[in-house]
Amino acid sequence: MAETAVQEPKVKTQEPLFGTKERKLLIDPLNENNPITVQVLGICSALAVTSLVYPSVVMAIAVIFVLAFSNLFTSLLRKSIPKQVRMIVQLVIIASLVTVVELTLKAVNFEVYKQLSVFIGLIITNCIIMGRLEAFAMANRPWRSFLDGIGNGLGYGAILIVVALFRELFGKGSLFAGSPLEMKIIGPSAEYWLNSTNGWLSWYQNNNLMVLSGAAMFIIGIIIWIHRSWNPKLVDVS
Amino acid sequence: MHSTRYIIFFVLALTGVVALLLSLMSTGLKDIHDRNEAIYNKKAILSAIENSLETEVKSLSDMEIMEIFEQNIEQVVVDMKGQVVSGVLAEEIDMARERKKPESQRRLPVYIYNGNDGKIYIISVRGSGLWDEIWGSIALEDDLNTVAGAAFDHQGETPGLGAEIKDNPSFASQFIGKKLYEPDGDFASITVRKGGARDPLHEVDGISGATVTADGVTEMLERGIKYYQPYFETVK
Repeated sequence: MAETAVQEPKVKTQEPLFGTKERKLLIDPLNENNPITVQVLGICSALAVTSLVYPSVVMAIAVIFVLAFSNLFTSLLRKSIPKQVRMIVQLVIIASLVTVVELTLKAVNFEVYKQLSVFIGLIITNCIIMGRLEAFAMANRPWRSFLDGIGNGLGYGAILIVVALFRELFGKGSLFAGSPLEMKIIGPSAEYWLNSTNGWLSWYQNNNLMVLSGAAMFIIGIIIWIHRSWNPKLVDVS
Repeated sequence: MHSTRYIIFFVLALTGVVALLLSLMSTGLKDIHDRNEAIYNKKAILSAIENSLETEVKSLSDMEIMEIFEQNIEQVVVDMKGQVVSGVLAEEIDMARERKKPESQRRLPVYIYNGNDGKIYIISVRGSGLWDEIWGSIALEDDLNTVAGAAFDHQGETPGLGAEIKDNPSFASQFIGKKLYEPDGDFASITVRKGGARDPLHEVDGISGATVTADGVTEMLERGIKYYQPYFETVK
């Protein structure tokens, strides 16, 4: 138990519940330490589920939940988890939280459950989660680990939703399809806000490439490019 | 370092607790899951007759769907000889499982919708697309020849290409008004034609880039509707 004793000094100083460090844990993953654009983790699901905005939002919420609580539970158990089997224990925690999400979604919104189908289960293999447990939750207090989970989940979700906005708008001409907020923006019928059957928009066609996963790769690539040219600190990171 | 005994104890305790919690949650939610699944399947059936319902199936509430099924829909199961099998509801038939049985032992679901304009027969078909299974519901007017509507779904067709059979409502709506039989009574089925329909009665336009899925739909319709022919004979 020597290494844990070093990390936690015996005299506990009163720490603020929401100080600068805590704020940094929440905000850093949105910018300088974004799991997708900087750490390049969680790409598989970012390519797969982002063809529509609504399922992406649901996916983002699911990942935030799983990440925050697996960080919390791992951190609570960090001193009693045997080092030899820690990865397996972390996997058990992640897998059970994912099952909780799956069972809940199946009860609350069956159509989105069908749409996301296998990808909810695949949250288990999302490298962001395992990465945060190993890198953060195993060495930090529960409250900070929980915030770190929420921050990283938000960073992941934000990119997911930005990518999905582009893909759905240019691939299907709609936004939030399948949800009560459904908006029909551009398309070949009078139902759409911009009707492309005739008039000045008659050249417009939905871009079928946007519906395929490959489009997400281009969009994420462009986001990484913009992100790096906007924040020069990132250029030296990798 | 922890002792081996501690490790075994820890892992057993953790998995025990987790297994207990998850199984409690799963049993607790089972009724809601079953209900959601039943409504999802009912919606899929109703979307084949969306045209005759005069409302969008999407906008119907769960209660309304249950109500339509209870009041207006008669469920029949038939065997491959066209005989009605009693004691089974059509929605209890799992087409995926039936498809694995030898042809002569399969059972087929029929939903009969009693609407304002007479009966509509909804039959289920299932086949193979490019990557995985595809299936659909075909609604027939009471002459058992004219198509009143169709709805398709799939397991894993390519989004934007093969998946358009489900996602693009204009694909399924092409089937409305097509005929299954030639005027002289020969079975003609409906063909999804690459490059545009040529026969206005028995062909619909294909989807560019989705030739294999479209051929799968053609094949599924021809084979699937044929299975129902003995039953159609008994009704006519």
